[in-house]
Amino acid sequence: MRTNPILHGYFRSSCSWRVRIAFALKGIEYEQIPVNLVKDGGQQLTDQYKALNPMQQVPAVEIDGITLSQSLAVIQYIDETRQGPKLLPACPKKRAQVRMICDIIASGIQPLQNLYVIQKIGADKAQWAQHFIQRGFQALEPILKGTAGTYCVGDEISMADICLVPQVYNAERFKVDVGQFPTIDRLNQTLVGVEAFKLSHPSCQPDTPADLRS
Amino acid sequence: MATHDKPILHGYFRSSCSWRVRIAFALKGIEYEQIPVNLVKDGGQQLTDQYKALNPMQQVPAVEIDGITLSQSLAVIQYIDETRQGPKLLPACPKKRAQVRMICDIIASGIQPLQNLYVIQKIGADKAQWAQHFIQRGFQALEPILKGTAGTYCVGDEISMADICLVPQVYNAERFKVDVGQFPTIDRLNQTLVGVEAFKLSHPSCQPDTPADLRS
Repeated sequence: MRTNPILHGYFRSSCSWRVRIAFALKGIEYEQIPVNLVKDGGQQLTDQYKALNPMQQVPAVEIDGITLSQSLAVIQYIDETRQGPKLLPACPKKRAQVRMICDIIASGIQPLQNLYVIQKIGADKAQWAQHFIQRGFQALEPILKGTAGTYCVGDEISMADICLVPQVYNAERFKVDVGQFPTIDRLNQTLVGVEAFKLSHPSCQPDTPADLRS
Repeated sequence: MATHDKPILHGYFRSSCSWRVRIAFALKGIEYEQIPVNLVKDGGQQLTDQYKALNPMQQVPAVEIDGITLSQSLAVIQYIDETRQGPKLLPACPKKRAQVRMICDIIASGIQPLQNLYVIQKIGADKAQWAQHFIQRGFQALEPILKGTAGTYCVGDEISMADICLVPQVYNAERFKVDVGQFPTIDRLNQTLVGVEAFKLSHPSCQPDTPADLRS
């Protein structure tokens, strides 16, 4: 019998949210240990956390006796080892399209606007973050126009949808007008109404501050 | 019997992400065409409308394969792995697969995007220091992880997508004058891998678009 997985994350970390969505879609119970990225100079920078994830980032997941970092590695591990709806399509071309969309977000957008990087950028950080989100969404929009049905790729929820919603949340935080991207906007509106996306939303996590709770 | 037309790789000799795809094709023994996209000439050929139609992110690589166009090297590599014969590029064991993907994503999300051409052009004067910082930081994290997962190769004793990501990133580290000797496991793995035929064949020094002064 497995013990519950443990997610070390932060309520507003988009990468942590991706993992929370995946757990919710699969109906997996898990524990959360919050890592406050801002308090105490950033709890992700402690030696204790570094032992869990040498990149000193969230999320890190303790599962089945190992510790994994990198949200997409975690999500695909969950998908390959747990029951529940598949998070990647069976068709190899569609799988590739899902991964392409995920990596545009997870390599092409989010790393350029995460906390560590924008702290390094300093005064121009809002403009920097907007630039990279805008650029990424400008690319994603025509791609999604080609792949999307009800969801990002066809009509089943996939890892692409899991990546998209938290990135739209970030776009809104950085005041990028998502209305410029009708397909992204439409998909996001559909997805934020899905139970797994609602349950895992930053506004209702154990570590959500009182003033940000919905 | 269905035959595939040859895949077409739009890439650049020195793009680490393009190199990853070249390694994967070589490991699988797949013949492919290359259409060079010069990232520097003419203000950057990746910025043309023609290329944008292939890859709206305006980056390399983009691969035309089996009637579709894919970008993002790891999506391409896993597609090749799932549809072609040859040695598997991800282990069968789910935990090891997850470790391979974790290592790949540390590189493909945590290091390379912070030191690619587009970003360092935006950084401007401090670009060398910026690139070194992110490579150093990523390798500092990767070293203890690889120490735990590596056998002959990054994860155990079979070449995987993790090795495919590592070697081009070490090449970049060297270009940015990061001392890879600080990272004994990374160094050892890289030295083993650069001797493997697929890694040699796909090396930046011997591609169709390698400039004469950089050919080995």
